[in-house]
Amino acid sequence: MEPLLDVKNLTTRFYTPDGTVFAVNGVDFYVNKGETLGIVGESGCGKTVSVLSTMRLIPTPPGKIVSGEVLFEGKDLMKINKDKIRKIRGKKIAMIFQDPMTSLNPVLTINKQISEVLQLHMKMTMKKAKNKVIELLDMVGIPEAADRISDYPHQFSGGMRQRAMIAMALACNPQLIIADEPTTALDVTIQAQVIDIIKKLRDELGTAIIWITHDLGIIAGLADRVNVMYAGYIVETASCKDVYGNPKHPYTLGLLSSVPRLDEIHKKRLTSIKGLPPDLIDMPECCPFAPRCSYRIDKCFKKNPKLRTVGPDHKIACWIDIETATKKEVA
Amino acid sequence: MKENNVLLEVKNLKKYFPITTGIVIQRHVGDVKAVDGISFYVKKGETLGLVGESGCGKTTTGRAILQLEKPTAGNVIFEGENLCKISGEKLRKMRKKMQIIFQDPYASLNPRLMVGDIVGEPLFVHNVAKGKKLKKRVRELLEIVGLNPYFITRYPHEFSGGQRQRIGVARALALNPSFIVCDEPISALDVSIQAQIMNLLEDLQDEFGLTYLLIAHDLSVVRHISDRIAVMYLGKLVESTGSVELYKNPQHPYTKALLSAVPIPDPIVEEKRKRIILKGDVPSPVNPPKGCNFNTRCSEVMDVCYEKEPEYKEVSTEHWVACHKV
Repeated sequence: MEPLLDVKNLTTRFYTPDGTVFAVNGVDFYVNKGETLGIVGESGCGKTVSVLSTMRLIPTPPGKIVSGEVLFEGKDLMKINKDKIRKIRGKKIAMIFQDPMTSLNPVLTINKQISEVLQLHMKMTMKKAKNKVIELLDMVGIPEAADRISDYPHQFSGGMRQRAMIAMALACNPQLIIADEPTTALDVTIQAQVIDIIKKLRDELGTAIIWITHDLGIIAGLADRVNVMYAGYIVETASCKDVYGNPKHPYTLGLLSSVPRLDEIHKKRLTSIKGLPPDLIDMPECCPFAPRCSYRIDKCFKKNPKLRTVGPDHKIACWIDIETATKKEVA
Repeated sequence: MKENNVLLEVKNLKKYFPITTGIVIQRHVGDVKAVDGISFYVKKGETLGLVGESGCGKTTTGRAILQLEKPTAGNVIFEGENLCKISGEKLRKMRKKMQIIFQDPYASLNPRLMVGDIVGEPLFVHNVAKGKKLKKRVRELLEIVGLNPYFITRYPHEFSGGQRQRIGVARALALNPSFIVCDEPISALDVSIQAQIMNLLEDLQDEFGLTYLLIAHDLSVVRHISDRIAVMYLGKLVESTGSVELYKNPQHPYTKALLSAVPIPDPIVEEKRKRIILKGDVPSPVNPPKGCNFNTRCSEVMDVCYEKEPEYKEVSTEHWVACHKV
């Protein structure tokens, strides 16, 4: 089966006065129809930049997509002209951003903002669009939607704003939704509400989702496959169960053992990953994780490993086999 | 409970922020009831975790205990001294024993001061050390928190978030306090750095016998570090007990919902879990609901919940709950 979105060798750099930032370094990923792909990583690892690049939303300058192919419905999104990609954005691929307050326009009513999408892409009349907006807001669980559509974003609470964003993303029945940390700004109980709605709608409408987050917990209950990113590279990609149950990359392993679990029975000391994530301006030629890795060998400092297959649909970018390798103390 | 090892006792603490209208004549039209009558205690050497959603009054509680905000009513008894009744020099002396670590390591360090001055300031202000002695102590403190003592002449912008938080910890430790309020100490940090700071806080507690009040919104973090946990909702405590007991045997509907909402990084566990999804948002603390303030979102609400405020009572040893159902 052909994937819905197929990204190949995507490289994005930012040319800043301080030097070139190697934000995304040749990543490959794909999303199948109706599938949820999770992308996890720490801040600055290139999660957001890689998906913004696929939509060509990188501010240029300073940013530049150096290479890459983004195949969507048989077309390379990197090669089509601006008007054509505008017709895809919001209609076939929709985005939900992290902070609902800054991504909604404060001087337009909710109705105006959502119906704009419908008028533009679906060529609906204002009246028809309004009815559709009410229907959408109802679907995402905003009470008394008909009365609330003429509200401004500041009259909505954080959770409601994020729901309005979801409604906007769903407006044109997109095939793919890119959700960039959609629940990070929300409280846990509201986060549970939002995840619940997205899950329900995903199962109902069969939309594919790319979910970006730094929270390993959210992905566990949501994604079919997971990509782990570090310093602009995908370091591990596998099914959700394998990433959590059978992680092969030292970084994934480190990340998992550094978060406390709510259901832990015996309190044990967290094993933290020593050191800091690398500066993306002077990126080492070697494996970017080598300075912090407790399994490293000499080879790690010489050559950057490429993704290799270690199991069915399971790839890692690492020289060593974690089962046989010896663990060392990192200074 | 009333053994002698209670370090801090908070009794019916209230902090209201007045709402006024008018430009010339300020009329008092209402209050934001940030903290509305809470009581708890912290034993020597333990960590009490205070959890709740944003805006529930966690931070205000921490600040009111340290007298950084003057409480509207109530008593804070620290080492036998009622902090709400003393002021001036006497209070200043008490401040040496209690410190705070702030949430945002980017905002809580003065960008124009060198690390040495930031960490040394408490020593200087309280006349503990001067000159060479002060410098020596600062170097010692930096080493304790895992920073290079040579960083003494650097400025905050030269450090990463995790390192800055270490500077904040060093500053809090400067005066050898017995009690530290940690106000969301790790929530601004990256996942891999969070564990470093959590481990540091635990090590320091073992080494110096510190007592912590850990304020956080992340229940899994709180559960990991704390001996006991108090859950706050809309300015009031709804439940407090030992951290194991709270997880195994939560009594209050809000605690149950909160526990079920925290995602667990394990797909097999996640598949089997049932979520309690709370309806709606937290009501405004300006005009909290009558009766039990959780009645707008509670799934087990009864008639009595709309009329009478539930009493915060001890249901079993060291397990307090404020709910009519219990």
